[in-house]
Amino acid sequence: MRVNSAALRTMLSEYGIGIAFVLELILFSALSPHFATIDNLLNVSLQTSITAIIAVGMTFVILTAGIDLSVGSLVAFAGVVTTFVLRMDVPLPVAYILGIGTGLLFGACSGGLAGLLVTKFRITPFIVTLALMTIWRGAAFVVTEGRPVWELPEGFAEIARGRIFFIPIPTLIMLIVFGAAHFTLTQTRFGRYVYAVGGNIEASRLAGINTNRVLLKVYVISGVLSALSGILLASRVNSGQPNAGLMYELDVIAAVVVGGTSLFGGKGTVLGTLIGSLLIGVLRNGLNLMNVESYVQQVVVGVVILLAVLLDRLRKS
Amino acid sequence: MKGIIKDYPGVRALDSVDFDLRTGEVHCLVGENGAGKSTLIKILAGAVTKDAGTILLEQRPVEIQSPIDAQRLGIGIIYQDFKLVDELSVSENILLGQEPQHGRFIRLLNRKREKERAKEVLGQLGEDIDTNTRVGQLSTAKRQIIEIAKALSRSVRILVLDEPSAALTDHELRNLFAILGRLRSEGVGIVYISHRLDEVFDIGDRVTVLRDGAHIHTAPVQEVDRKTLIRYMVGRELEQEYPKVHTERGSEILRLEGVSTDFLEDIGFSVFRGEVFGIAGLVGAGRSTLAHTLFGAVPKYSGRVFLDGREFNPRSPLDAINAGVGFLTGDRNRYGLILPMNVRENISLSNLRQVLRGMMIDRRKERGVAESYSGQLRIKTPSVESVVEGLSGGNRQKVILARWLFTQSRLLIFDEPTAGIDVGAKREIYLLINDLVQRGVGIIILSSELPELLGMCDRIAVMCEGRMTGIVSRTEATQESILALATQFSGEGTHAR
Repeated sequence: MRVNSAALRTMLSEYGIGIAFVLELILFSALSPHFATIDNLLNVSLQTSITAIIAVGMTFVILTAGIDLSVGSLVAFAGVVTTFVLRMDVPLPVAYILGIGTGLLFGACSGGLAGLLVTKFRITPFIVTLALMTIWRGAAFVVTEGRPVWELPEGFAEIARGRIFFIPIPTLIMLIVFGAAHFTLTQTRFGRYVYAVGGNIEASRLAGINTNRVLLKVYVISGVLSALSGILLASRVNSGQPNAGLMYELDVIAAVVVGGTSLFGGKGTVLGTLIGSLLIGVLRNGLNLMNVESYVQQVVVGVVILLAVLLDRLRKS
Repeated sequence: MKGIIKDYPGVRALDSVDFDLRTGEVHCLVGENGAGKSTLIKILAGAVTKDAGTILLEQRPVEIQSPIDAQRLGIGIIYQDFKLVDELSVSENILLGQEPQHGRFIRLLNRKREKERAKEVLGQLGEDIDTNTRVGQLSTAKRQIIEIAKALSRSVRILVLDEPSAALTDHELRNLFAILGRLRSEGVGIVYISHRLDEVFDIGDRVTVLRDGAHIHTAPVQEVDRKTLIRYMVGRELEQEYPKVHTERGSEILRLEGVSTDFLEDIGFSVFRGEVFGIAGLVGAGRSTLAHTLFGAVPKYSGRVFLDGREFNPRSPLDAINAGVGFLTGDRNRYGLILPMNVRENISLSNLRQVLRGMMIDRRKERGVAESYSGQLRIKTPSVESVVEGLSGGNRQKVILARWLFTQSRLLIFDEPTAGIDVGAKREIYLLINDLVQRGVGIIILSSELPELLGMCDRIAVMCEGRMTGIVSRTEATQESILALATQFSGEGTHAR
């Protein structure tokens, strides 16, 4: 019996954030005439897509009761690496494949390194990724000598600016990433293992799950998706910026937590993360439209994050 | 406490329960899991608020809304999992929340006074523990004493102990009883919750039985016997406690030759189909290490293991599972179940490849599997989609058993198969073990409860300090002979239960 009510509560908490999101949309539609326009909403989705894609990877990591603080620095370094390669003297299609390929590969390697340190050397994820965060941020400045990478081949900017059927390409990529992640977590064996490891790692190991492999994979996923975001961001600003993605890790963790994923692992969904990301994105956009000063915005966003989590807590108790 | 009612969504945990406690008595509270013992206690402790009913303390009605209220009224509770801060010292723990201070404007901790006070309270208990020791370094028994001292330092009138004996050795339990006896003579009212009925007769003055949230019976201990209590608890006459059946011994399924790890030394024995093989030993004798070694969770240095005549050298639990070994860990909640997951997911976890279609998990098939085992093992759950957190100990154990049946295990290792499982469900687990033996599954039981081993096993191996000191057959095994083997190297009289 208690079990049924538990299931009910999980449903409520999933819908809870959805309801908050809908209320937010209604509120801003009423407050600003420019809000509920197709252009603006597509714009929000475009702006949100960068952090939302990272948040997907972060959801995997947090589901295993880990954390990845290196994502923001990865965004910068992957952007720098990709733009560096793009400037090399090779035919264009090859440059694109090489550039984007190296960027993503770098993300995978960084994630792999994090995973290795967490599993084989048993260092806590917080410390491992904190160190990587500093390393990659520093490295981005070192290789660029602190200057942005400009003069990129034609068309690179079109990746982030382009649209397919009115929908911005980053938005589309975000939706595909969410779809794939949702499928992986709910339908595949690996997804089940992610929840199991986060729910109880020792019991998972004794149930015959290769827990190290699961952990390694989630950090690789987080690394690759951060790099992907980094490439999209570089395309949007048409340059490789060593200071790109500053503090993204915090925005992303906020989106995941607002989306209802437990920092203790084992509980959460990417659907929640999507809504969490959009909720924060819409909030920023709405406040912009209402000409709220950016410093004030920070305060409001912080308050909303607290409220969202508080609401969740109240519903569960 | 009068007419206490507590409702949880969909279930009435307590239905007009009456309970009274006199000064200077030990009142035992017994009942199966889910009978409402914990809820009643939590209401008294202010951890849970009641929906109806009154609480009278010395004839005056009192409201207990929070743990602070309870503390103020002189009610002290000692939970099963202690609420101590491992990193703090003994004296800091005892006086936590009531630290003596001095100084006028800047209040400073008065460490000297703190230590004196702690010593004083420990002295009352006849204990001499160094007050500077970090609590994390103390044994379970000592920590329990610290908990009692903590309660005493707040001048308790009512002391509640929730399953205090679960982790104590016999000797430590005697000591606890001595302390409780002293407190009783000083007029403290003690509520004592336990699964072990022997203790009720050892220490209790009166006993109250709860069942399914209702008050069943209260009587002086002299007026009831073990059988009656069990009948009250279970609600029916309980058949034989250990329903042992005899099966013809079959082929050898497991053989160990000179197995050593960094703790075990030269272990060798064989297990046959059709028998239940028990492993006895005191805490720390190496039973669990042996099980973990067989399951590939702890590496072995030397020696050989044969499974059905073939050499078996698992390097991970996964290897062991693939070879057909299943391990029901002692602490199910920490090392067995994934508590936030539901019954279906917990059952299929070790054998997901059986329910894969392409790269996707075939939910319908998975559900079918879970339902079939749930039915076979009579797992009591609203549905296989229910989270295991809501199940009782016995049903949780069955979920783990279902997991290993689904992986087609041919050898099952049960570590403390019935720990934390109530009387009625225990028997069900034994019946399932019987059934498995008859189906030709090899069974090894590790247990610290000798009656269980004596009641269910055909042969019992005894371990002491990492070595195997003997194997006794069912016919020659007695508590005494096993204890003698279990303490072979430890010389002086530690006693196991």
